[in-house]
Amino acid sequence: MLEIGLISTLNGVLFGMLLFLMASGLTVIFSMMGVLNFAHASFYMLGAFFGFEISRHVGFWPGLVIAPVLVGGIGMLVERYGLRTVHKHGHVAELLFTFGLTFIIEELVQMVWGKLAVDYRVPQLLDFPAFTIFSTEYPAFKLFELFISIAIFLALLLVIKRTRVGLVVQASLSHPEMVGMLGHNVDRVFMLVFGVGAGLAAVAGVIAGPALVTQSNMAQSLGPILFVVVVVGGLGSLSGAFVASLLIGLLQTFAVASDASLADVFGELTGNGPLIAYVSDIWNVTVAQLSAVMPYLLLVLILIFRPRGLMGTRET
Amino acid sequence: MSKTTQNGAPGRPSGQGSGLVATAAIWIAVAVVLAVLPQVFSSGLAISTMCLMEIMIIFALSYNMLLGQTGLLSFGHAVFFGLGGYLTAHAMNAARGEHAPLPLEVFPLVGGATGLVFGILFGAVATRRSGTAFAMITLGIAELVSSSALILRHAFGGEEGVAFDRTRVLHLFGISFGPQEQVYYLIAGWCFLSMGGMYAITRTPFGRICNAVRDNPDRTGFIGYNTTTVRFLAFSMAGLFAGIAGGLAALNFEIVTSSAMGAAQSGTVVLMTFIGGVGNFAGPIIGAILVTYLQVMLSDITGAWQLYFGLLFMGMVMFAPTGIAGLLAMQMPLVRAGQFHRVLPWYVLALVPGLIAITGVSMMVEMCFHLTVNTADGPQMSFAHVAFDANSPLAWAVAAVLLAGGFWLFRRAGRKALDAYGSALEKARSGRAGR
Amino acid sequence: MTSSAPALVLSGLRKSFGSLEIIRGVDLAVPTGERHAIIGPNGAGKSTLFHLISGHYRPSAGSVRMRGEEIGGMAPQLINRRGLSRSFQITNVFPRLSVWENVRCATLWALGYRYSFWRSVDRLADARDRTEQILTEINLLDRWDMPAGLLTYAEQRALEIGLTIAGNADILLLDEPTAGMSHAETDRMVELIRQVTEGRTLVMIEHDMGVVFDLADRISVLVYGEVIASDTPKRIKANAAVQQAYLGTEVA
Repeated sequence: MLEIGLISTLNGVLFGMLLFLMASGLTVIFSMMGVLNFAHASFYMLGAFFGFEISRHVGFWPGLVIAPVLVGGIGMLVERYGLRTVHKHGHVAELLFTFGLTFIIEELVQMVWGKLAVDYRVPQLLDFPAFTIFSTEYPAFKLFELFISIAIFLALLLVIKRTRVGLVVQASLSHPEMVGMLGHNVDRVFMLVFGVGAGLAAVAGVIAGPALVTQSNMAQSLGPILFVVVVVGGLGSLSGAFVASLLIGLLQTFAVASDASLADVFGELTGNGPLIAYVSDIWNVTVAQLSAVMPYLLLVLILIFRPRGLMGTRET
Repeated sequence: MSKTTQNGAPGRPSGQGSGLVATAAIWIAVAVVLAVLPQVFSSGLAISTMCLMEIMIIFALSYNMLLGQTGLLSFGHAVFFGLGGYLTAHAMNAARGEHAPLPLEVFPLVGGATGLVFGILFGAVATRRSGTAFAMITLGIAELVSSSALILRHAFGGEEGVAFDRTRVLHLFGISFGPQEQVYYLIAGWCFLSMGGMYAITRTPFGRICNAVRDNPDRTGFIGYNTTTVRFLAFSMAGLFAGIAGGLAALNFEIVTSSAMGAAQSGTVVLMTFIGGVGNFAGPIIGAILVTYLQVMLSDITGAWQLYFGLLFMGMVMFAPTGIAGLLAMQMPLVRAGQFHRVLPWYVLALVPGLIAITGVSMMVEMCFHLTVNTADGPQMSFAHVAFDANSPLAWAVAAVLLAGGFWLFRRAGRKALDAYGSALEKARSGRAGR
Repeated sequence: MTSSAPALVLSGLRKSFGSLEIIRGVDLAVPTGERHAIIGPNGAGKSTLFHLISGHYRPSAGSVRMRGEEIGGMAPQLINRRGLSRSFQITNVFPRLSVWENVRCATLWALGYRYSFWRSVDRLADARDRTEQILTEINLLDRWDMPAGLLTYAEQRALEIGLTIAGNADILLLDEPTAGMSHAETDRMVELIRQVTEGRTLVMIEHDMGVVFDLADRISVLVYGEVIASDTPKRIKANAAVQQAYLGTEVA
């Protein structure tokens, strides 16, 4: 029991930190530009596939740097030539633009790398068990993932607290309506922030790709969870996104490890009737099976009891 | 750009005038067209495609009650479509088991009722927020429902879905609904009713207040209306009509699977509604017809058809956010003032390089597709009946030249066409004022 | 209106944003039928005061009573349905709807149509008549089919007033109705306000002293979130504190 608890905590924190790597960029972009980048998870996917492709030719480590830079560049281009054109048509058009982008990126990825999962391997340097808890070996690569995401988290914190751009970001988080008054270089700041956000998502892709499955549907399966994180945390709240990331990370990993069901707690369902088959579906479902549903259940519950999210202050 | 995107004709200062007659004439024409279509296009493929189009028309119109009328961007509208389908399928199986004397004609009502009930249920949660948060919540609810479908195997039939036989219920007037043509008329009838219903709703106090909420939710509160209530009602009604569409789809295919309420289906309805045009009642109808047609036709011709959809959609979002209907509506004042012939040559002039650029894009897409997805077939391929080697630099150069040259010319001609439009509009307006 | 309680009574009203207190204990009573002007320098909190009365903001402390009934912190629509309607300093209309639809939408709740989705809006004779009457009053009848977003600034200001009076509320709050208008337009607006507030209670924020002294029965001066004087126009003019805080710089 303790073993499962420890491993799940580690995995949960890891998943949470990866989520936050993406949610942080998403939140900052939303605060500054008012647009929730629907394609954010697609940048994560691009990061994984670019990382994979680079790792085939020159190895994993160059990919860790090059892939995020490339994706960041793509992000900047998207902001400069796409979003900025759409901006005058309003936020709905912006959201739809990024929504359309997810379609195109997914199709392109499918075209280049196919629909099946690619063989994105853990680098040999890290392909060993870091330690053993009771009988479970914990892979070194996962520790590395954790290390990278925490390092980036700290670096981001430093940038936000200590630099000029960081000050602008801070100001936009607390007073989003003031962003327009930042002066003539606001366009450059937007482009930069969008690019960095996309790059961070790509880092998450590069380091999560080898551990998880690198496949053309990975954006589609992760994207909704990401949006749950930012809504549950409270749109535009960086600390809210952090808390929600860890919460959902832990919730999902602990759920996966448990196969308890209502039947375990209350005993087998007896009796027969036309409805019993439907009820027994619910009765026998295990917590592990529910893990995919949990973020969304959490979302609905949060909305009922705290419509603005855990730490949100903004209405839209 | 949005200046002409009124929903229907604005109210008149006094009396009804000729508007009522014109409206009636349009609806009669729609009914006649729906009735005659299967006689004109009588092939099996044509009839099943038209069935699909009419289902999608209802679905897209119901979606536009949210996006176009009330300003609500939902990414989970297929939930109501799918649930409506499932409950219709279960109702069919139950009716057959119980020998209930119900004809097939009424079963779409089950879908509608399901859509309404779930619309009320989910609407109560989702419409507490608006804007971006609302969009994300609908996405979350859609994920919640579609992942639940995999767990509740009895209700949703697992991967196989729920199947039934539509001919095994009471036959009215000897109609068995075996032949597709009979199903067509069932769908056409419901499509007509739903279109009429949704159009009528836009012309009620509630419909107008929806528009007010779309335009300026803050102010709506200060004229006495609760914006949350308006959104909630719109959301529930959109659920009702989406459920009818889902029920019809179930009857059409005699099977419902969880893909009917998946993210792809929700995405499709966003695409068709937007491409058709959200600011105009006819927009989603145009979008549903066009996108369904392209889906059926393109998916036969090319494996990359979804990419083309994505590109078309992005192009519309960036350059024509009022959709096809919006572009058409922009021409109306010119047509009315007899100025349209002034702009038509410019449009043709812009269209030609536009088509050349599109040819360039699609050539590149097809070459890419051929080299990556169809690697096994070797580099030889054909595009527009011309055979060539997809690896040859020449082919790529040709595509690049077509794309770049076409795009450059299109930009130039497009600007000219816009100028021509502007001056023709000026003329049309001054002509009107002079009278 | 049968109630003898004053139309509006604010007592100890406060509003702060974070550590910043914008409204710092306002007491004010506006009797039924009075035309009341609120003046004060920029940033005094005049618009914030309107936001508190109309339900746009929730008061931090104190109370807002309308004909004796507490409305502080109520949702805007609930206050509106009780018969208080307001206009906005920055034009706040429905840009894509026609002028006609703008005004008609604003008449619907008061006429009892609520969320009706079973009646044709074009067949509602009372809504049509009321809309036509309002449009005649604000002189926009010949613009009826123009999308509101395309009107000129002065026309949008007139429409703003039209939306405010369409629901037949008997307490009207007008936030700088003549801001940015030419002399001729201002004169027309003053006439319009005089006409439509006949028999109603008016509270108005206004910078143009000509308009204020022309229309108001009583004037309150708001400075730094506090009412420093509330009196008849004549005595306000003579009030030394007001002179010092406000009028001395603005009225030449």
